[in-house]
Amino acid sequence: MATKAITTKQPLPPIKLWAPAVGVAWLIPGGGHFMLKRTGRGGLIFVSVTAMFLLGLMMRGAMFQPQTGDILTTLIYCGGFIGDLSSGLLYLLTTWLGYAQPDVAGHVHDYGTKFLVGAGLLNILGMVDAFEIATGKKS
Amino acid sequence: MPKMNLSHFEAALLFALFTSIVLGVVTKKTDHDRLRYGLRSFAYFMAALFGLAWLMHFGHG
Repeated sequence: MATKAITTKQPLPPIKLWAPAVGVAWLIPGGGHFMLKRTGRGGLIFVSVTAMFLLGLMMRGAMFQPQTGDILTTLIYCGGFIGDLSSGLLYLLTTWLGYAQPDVAGHVHDYGTKFLVGAGLLNILGMVDAFEIATGKKS
Repeated sequence: MPKMNLSHFEAALLFALFTSIVLGVVTKKTDHDRLRYGLRSFAYFMAALFGLAWLMHFGHG
């Protein structure tokens, strides 16, 4: 007879506890860790995400704009946009200051586009870590 | 903004390096475990990179 594991859903901790750290972690890579006095780990996240983003820019990677259509187009363009946006201030400054590149053919540009999305995805990991530290799930 | 041209290998190496650092930082609970996980993650990236490269090399004949 199969046994069914009983799982109880944990209530979400108060938003005041984690929202500032997660918000700062989004805007500034590693910023949430700095705010929570984890400077070493914050520094590593900051250097990694920023370096990856700048390399993507220097390789003339393109920023995704959300587009809908068939499922693959929606997934690629909306997912890519979320990935780009997750870099926080780096993404905002790039678009505001006009450094966002148009999508052009070429393998180096393609690597650059992936680096830009990758930097955002790494920042999401940093935000999740900041959330776990702020809520006491992790030291 | 200066322009940079990286080869596929250089781009993959840098991607592996930065991703391994962040994975190491966010995954484990102690600094020792973080360092070990980061190094192991980087080694796996490199193994996949070289493994797939040789696979494609032999696949193309």
